Amino acid sequence: MASPIEQFQIKPIIPVINFTNSSLFMVGAVAVIVGGLLLATRKRAVVPGRAQSVAEILHDFVAGTLRDAAGAEGMKFFPLVFSLFMFVLTANLLGMIPGFFTVTSHVIVTFSLAILVIGTVVVYGFVKHGTHFLGLFVPSGVPGWLLPFIVVIELISFLSRPISLSLRLFANMLAGHIALKVFAGFVVALLGAGGALSILAPLPLLMAVALMALEFLVAALQAYVFTVLTCIYLNDALHPGH
Amino acid sequence: MAQAAQTTHATTEAHGGAHEDVGFPPFKTETFAGQVIWLTITFVLLYVLLSRLVLPRLSGIIENRRVTIAGDLDEAAAMKSRAEQAGAAYEKALSEAKARAQSLAQEARSKASSEADAKRKALEADLAKRLGESEAVIAQKKTAAMANVRGIALDTATAIVERLTGKAPAPQVVEAALDQSKA
Repeated sequence: MASPIEQFQIKPIIPVINFTNSSLFMVGAVAVIVGGLLLATRKRAVVPGRAQSVAEILHDFVAGTLRDAAGAEGMKFFPLVFSLFMFVLTANLLGMIPGFFTVTSHVIVTFSLAILVIGTVVVYGFVKHGTHFLGLFVPSGVPGWLLPFIVVIELISFLSRPISLSLRLFANMLAGHIALKVFAGFVVALLGAGGALSILAPLPLLMAVALMALEFLVAALQAYVFTVLTCIYLNDALHPGH
Repeated sequence: MAQAAQTTHATTEAHGGAHEDVGFPPFKTETFAGQVIWLTITFVLLYVLLSRLVLPRLSGIIENRRVTIAGDLDEAAAMKSRAEQAGAAYEKALSEAKARAQSLAQEARSKASSEADAKRKALEADLAKRLGESEAVIAQKKTAAMANVRGIALDTATAIVERLTGKAPAPQVVEAALDQSKA
């Protein structure tokens, strides 16, 4: 019996270039996204088929989310936001296939993505608005004596964004996969124990099936949450004045 | 999973048995560099492929559809207004034709009635003239007849008296008697 955390093990495939199972699934996610979208849109039909409808719905969904959060100006970040959403969603869903590695269950991956988002916000904010971008930390209408505290709180809140953004996704994927593995392990353990305990084996199996459904929901939902928060943070870069 | 662990057994000694020695995989910092490098490579690749290839195609499809639908709607609206114009023109032509037909009918009716009047008058005049002529002829014939009546009465009276008396009376006597009876 493998331990529940065995599934998160990084295993080298081509050690010379540091190519591991994680790298393989990153490449796989990109191949699935680009290949799938190109295949779905190959007919460029005015009246879309099923596959093309899915591609268009994904496009319109992300575009709508970004426009709602950051306005029409935010659409210049659309390729980035769409790439992030598709990458996280595909990595999460690929991880749901038994035996597959979940790229987003590693904190360094989610943290790198979060740093990419916050880095984009900071760089774009300063390039576009200069020092005016710092107005993000100074809400209007606050009494003077309160201002130092507010600025400190806003600063901490801003700095904790990449942490919360990355930990949320990482923890969700990690915990879900561990829970699945634990319940699946119970089934094997109960069957192995034999006798009366074997009769109880279907119970954790039912739990594992229910968790599987939940994990599919979490996989899609966390991709969406990551995207929505990205859009909200980008809105700060576009409109730093509260 | 188990056999995968076996294959890596050679590289990491602790893999097979005690996992505590290995540590929690996501917190193993020696894997971070490799993951970040490959994440960078794959994500940049994804970004480039999506922004250069996939998204222009997708937004092209959606924009093309929007343009097609808007064009079709415009065309439909234009056709509708054309149909409405044609309908209005038809209504106008119809009402004009109706008015013209009415005026033509009126004209024809009045012309016909005036012609009939003239004919009737001519006929009446003709008839009156002929009536007058006939009356004149009748009156003439009547006077002539009345003149003959006296002669007939004279003859008749003479004949009656001759039969009764056996001899013809003198014409003067008969005439006197006729004048008397006439008065």
